Amino acid sequence: MTIDNKLIEYLEELSRLRLTEEEKEKAKADLSSIINYVDKLNELDTENTEAMSHPFDYTNNFRKDEAGSSFDRELILMNAPQKKNGCFRVPKTVE
Amino acid sequence: MNLMEIFGMTALEIGKMIKERKISSPEVTRAYIEQIEKKDPQLNSFVSVCVDEAVKKAEEVQSRLDSGEELSALAGVPAAIKDNICTKDINTTCSSKMLESFKPPYNACVMERLEAAGAVILGKTNMDEFAMGGSTETSYFGPTKNPFDRERVPGGSSGGSAAAVAAGLAPYALGSDTGGSIRQPCSFCGVSGIKPTYGGVSRYGLVAFASSLDQIGPIGKDIKDCAEVLSVISGHDGRDSTSVRNAEYDFSDSFNEGIKGLKIGIPTNYYGEGLDPEVREAVLAAAETLKTLGAELYEFEMPIIEYAVPAYYIVACAEAGSNLSRYDGIKYGYRSDKGESLYDVFCNSRSEGFGMEVKRRIMLGSFVLSSGYYDAYYKKGLQTRRLIKDSFNSAFEKCDMILSPVAPTTAFRLGENVSDPLKMYLGDIYTVSVNLAGIPAVSVPCGFDGKGLPIGMQLIGQTFSEAKLVKAAFNYQMNTDHHKRAYEIMKGGVL
Amino acid sequence: MAWETVIGLEVHVELATKSKIFCSCTTEFGGEPNTHVCPVCSGLPGVLPTLNESVVEFAVKTGLATNCEITRFNKFDRKNYFYPDLPKAYQVSQLYLPICRNGHVDIEVNGTKKSIGIHEIHMEEDAGKLVHDPWEDSTLVDYNRCGVPLLEIVSEPDFRNADEVIAYLEKLRETLIYLGVSDCKMQEGSMRADVNLSVRPVGQTEFGTRTEMKNINSFKAISRAIVYEAKRQIEQIEMGKKVLQETRRWDENKDATYAMRSKENAQDYRYFPEPDLLPIEISEEWIERAKAEMPETAAQKRERYVKELGLTEYDARVLTAERALALLFESASDICKEPKEVCNLITGELMRLISESGTSADRIDIDPEKMARIITLTVKGRINRNAEKEVFEALFRENIEPEQYIKEKGLMMLEDDDLVNDTVDRVLSENPKSVEDFKNGKEKAFGFLVGQTMRALKGKANPQTVNKILREKLGSM
Repeated sequence: MTIDNKLIEYLEELSRLRLTEEEKEKAKADLSSIINYVDKLNELDTENTEAMSHPFDYTNNFRKDEAGSSFDRELILMNAPQKKNGCFRVPKTVE
Repeated sequence: MNLMEIFGMTALEIGKMIKERKISSPEVTRAYIEQIEKKDPQLNSFVSVCVDEAVKKAEEVQSRLDSGEELSALAGVPAAIKDNICTKDINTTCSSKMLESFKPPYNACVMERLEAAGAVILGKTNMDEFAMGGSTETSYFGPTKNPFDRERVPGGSSGGSAAAVAAGLAPYALGSDTGGSIRQPCSFCGVSGIKPTYGGVSRYGLVAFASSLDQIGPIGKDIKDCAEVLSVISGHDGRDSTSVRNAEYDFSDSFNEGIKGLKIGIPTNYYGEGLDPEVREAVLAAAETLKTLGAELYEFEMPIIEYAVPAYYIVACAEAGSNLSRYDGIKYGYRSDKGESLYDVFCNSRSEGFGMEVKRRIMLGSFVLSSGYYDAYYKKGLQTRRLIKDSFNSAFEKCDMILSPVAPTTAFRLGENVSDPLKMYLGDIYTVSVNLAGIPAVSVPCGFDGKGLPIGMQLIGQTFSEAKLVKAAFNYQMNTDHHKRAYEIMKGGVL
Repeated sequence: MAWETVIGLEVHVELATKSKIFCSCTTEFGGEPNTHVCPVCSGLPGVLPTLNESVVEFAVKTGLATNCEITRFNKFDRKNYFYPDLPKAYQVSQLYLPICRNGHVDIEVNGTKKSIGIHEIHMEEDAGKLVHDPWEDSTLVDYNRCGVPLLEIVSEPDFRNADEVIAYLEKLRETLIYLGVSDCKMQEGSMRADVNLSVRPVGQTEFGTRTEMKNINSFKAISRAIVYEAKRQIEQIEMGKKVLQETRRWDENKDATYAMRSKENAQDYRYFPEPDLLPIEISEEWIERAKAEMPETAAQKRERYVKELGLTEYDARVLTAERALALLFESASDICKEPKEVCNLITGELMRLISESGTSADRIDIDPEKMARIITLTVKGRINRNAEKEVFEALFRENIEPEQYIKEKGLMMLEDDDLVNDTVDRVLSENPKSVEDFKNGKEKAFGFLVGQTMRALKGKANPQTVNKILREKLGSM
C-alpha cells in the first residue's frame, strides 16, 4: 500500500507531530517502503496462531496493598518546563 | 607498573589489582578520565563525563576497601553507562534533544546494584536517539565513530558503550538491547556483550523503547567480564513486573568446564544470501574451532527468520509510539515556545524535540495500531512472534545453542545507510528474532575482514541459559585471541 | 407519537485500597497538589507499573456480587491519548479481556422487578486533576489522583427511565459499600456515572442515535439530566432534526445539557496489550476463596435482623442504610448480647447526635466495645436511662472511658442498702402526714414518699430498691 497525504496527516495527528512539507514527502516514501516490506508477513498462515504480546508465559505478579511514602514534590517538579503553585503549568484546556 | 597498561586490562584484572592494593580506585579512575578527555573527542563515545562524581565515588569505595569491607570483584573499577539508563541527578538524555537537560530524581535498579557492588561511574555513553538505530548516527549529539576506522559507524544503538570499551576508555559498560543494540555494536567494535533473557535484568529505570523487547546487558573486553557484570545487575526486582528471574545466575561452572558434547546448531539459511562472505567465513571458522574443542555441530533450517525483521518493526514501533507519548513538553523534557494552545505545545515540542528516525518509528507505531490496521499489522506481528518463538523452541530440542553471525556486514561507513531506513532495518536480521523470543544471546569477536574491521559471532540459547552460552564463549576465547586484538590495535596508536 | 428512552450507564468507582493501582502512593483524598505522587504515577521516563493485588480481589468480588462471569485469563491494555491529566499519555485499562463480563443487577421500581444487564467490569487507573488558573488563563495539573484504582462498570442499555437508573445506582452503591470495595461518595468523585441516552418510537427495535453525558455528580442531577436530555432529543426529532452522536455536559445551574467541543475529529485510542504488566490468571481456588469471603449484603442483613434478632423492618432498614451503622450494631450486639438495646441507642440517640453535629453516618467512629459496656451497665440497673444517654453522648463526642466518666460525674446507681434504709427512715419521720395518708389507703402518698427518697438520694438509687424498702417499712409501721 502507499501512504497518501490523508493517511500521513492522520498519523501526524495521532502522534502529535507536525512535519514540514519536505519531511512529509520523505516520510510518505519511507513509510510506504517499510510497510510494503512488512506486508511480506502475509505470506505466513497465522490463522490459528495466538498473538504473543509478552515473550514468556508468566502471569500474576502482584504487589501487596501497602501505602508507602510518596516523593518530595520538588523532585517530581524539578524537570518541569513550567510550574506554578506546586503544579505543572500548561496552556488552558478548553471544554 | 606503567599506568597505561590498565587500559588494556579487563575489568576483573583491574578489580583484582585494586583488591591487592597494587593500584587504587582513584588512580584508575583519574587515569580513565584523562584518557577519555584525551581520546574521546575523536570518537564522541561519551555524552557526559562525571569527572568530580567519579573521583569522589572512587575515593569512597577505596576507603570502604581500606577499612576491610568485602566488596564485589568489580569494586572500584570504573564503568560507562548508556545514556538511556536513569542515573540520579546525572543527565539522562537518550541522546535526544527532547531529554537534553533531563535529570532523573531516581536511580535505575541496575545503578543501585552497581553502586552496591562498588562500581565507579565514569559517564554516560552516546547512543542512537532513544535507542532507535543501528549506527549511533541518530544521536542528537552527533555520531560516535568506530575506533577501528573513524570513517565508520560503531554500530548501535549502544555504539558509545561499545566504542568506549574497544578504545580502552572504559573497562566495561552497560548497554541495552531491543533488537541487537548490544550485540551488533560489539560485533562492529570487536568487544563482547550479553543480551540477557527477557526478565533477567530489571528494566526499572531503563528509559523504555519497546517494553516487551528491551533488556539491559553488559559490554566488556571479554565474556568473563560480561558474566561478572551480569551477575551484579541481574536478579529479581519488585518494581519490574516482568522481572521474573528469582534465582541468581551461576557462572561458576562456565569457566571450569569444557564444551565436549555441546550441541551447536547451525541454521544454514542464516548463512545464505545477503551475508557478507568474509563474515560467513569467519563465523563458520569459529564453528570449526568450537568443534575442535569438543562441540558437535548440527545443521538445520530456520526459515521463519525471514519474517523476523517485519514482525520486529511492527511490535517495536507500536510499543515505542506509546512509550514515547509521554514526551509532551509538560512534565519534563523539551518544550517548544512556539504556538499558544495545548495542541501546539504537544505538537511543536515533539516535532522539535525528536529526530527524524524517532518520528518515523512513532508514526509507524501509530499506523500499525490505528483502527482498521490493527489486525492486519499489529496482530499479525504478534502472531509471527509466536511462530518465531515456536521455531526457537523446536530448535532447542535438538541443540544446546545456535551459532549465527551478528550482522550481515562489518561496520559500514558513516552516512552510508542513514538515508535508507529499510536498508538499515535489514541489518538487524540476525538479532531481532532473539528479542522477539525473549531469549539470551552473547556476541563475541571471531575475526577481522580484509579492511581490518572486527567480525562478531552470536551464540543464542534457550531462556535463562546464559551460563551455558558464557561457557561456550569462554572456551572459545581461551583458545582464540580475536577479543584481544582491539586493544593491540588501539595501543598501536590508531587513536 | 409515543417515545421510549433507552439508557445505558458507565459507572466509575474508586476502589478503597490503601495504595494506588500501580505504585505505593496513598489513595487518600485531598492533600496539597502533587504530594501523593512518585516517579511511577507521574510517568517519569524509565518507570514501570506493579499491580496492586487488592484491586484484582475487589474486582473479582464486585463481579461475583453482580452475577458476572470472571474472565479467568485477563489482561491490561493501553489506551493511548494525549491530555495533560494523563502523564504517560496512555491510560492502563482493559479492553480485549476485561476481568468480569455478562452479569446482572436486580432492581425494583414501584413494586416492579427488573434485571439490568452488566456488559462488563474492567480495572483501570484514574487520571489527574486540572485546575483552571484564572489569573493567567492557564491550567495547572495535579497528579494526586493519578493511578487511583477504578472499576468501570458498564451496563447494557436496559434502562427506560430515570427511576430505574437511580434504583440501579442505589443498589450498586449499597452493594459496593457492603463489599467494602468502595466508599462510593459522589461528592468526592469516588462514584461517577456517564449516561448514554437515546430515544426511539415505542415498538421500534433499533436504537436511536445516542449522546453521552459525562461525570454527573449526584443522583438528583442524573435524574434531572436524563429527563432533560430525553425531552431534548424528542424535540429535536419532532422538529425534523437529527440527534448528533456527541458528548454533552450537564450544567447543574442552568438545568440543561450542552454539547462539549469535540476534542478531536476521531478518537482512535490504539489500544494494545500492556507489555509492562503480566496477564492475570484467576484460578477456581481464587474464586472459591472470594466467594467464601463475600460479606453479607444489606438485604441479607435486614432479613437476619428481623428474623433472628427480632427487630422491626423499619429499624433494620435504618441500621443498614449505612454500612458503618450496621457494623457498629453488629459488633456492639455481639459483645453485650442486647441487640434491641443497641438498636434503640443507634436509631434514637446516635441518629440524633449525627444530625445535630452535622456529620454523616459513614464518618462516625464509635468503639463498639465501649458502647456495649454502657448498655450492659444500663440493663443491669447500674446507671439509669438518662445517664446512659449522657455517657453515650460523651462517647460519641470525646471517646471517653464509660466507667471513669460515670464515676467522675457520679452517675452510678447506689448499691448501699444501709444508706437507702437510713434515708427512708428519715423521709418517713419527716413526713408523718404522708405516712398517715398512705395508711388510709392513699396510694398517691406512696409515690410522694418514693419521690422524696429519690430526691434525697439525688436520683442515684435503684427505684426498685427504694420501693421495696419503703413498702417493708410502711408495712411494719
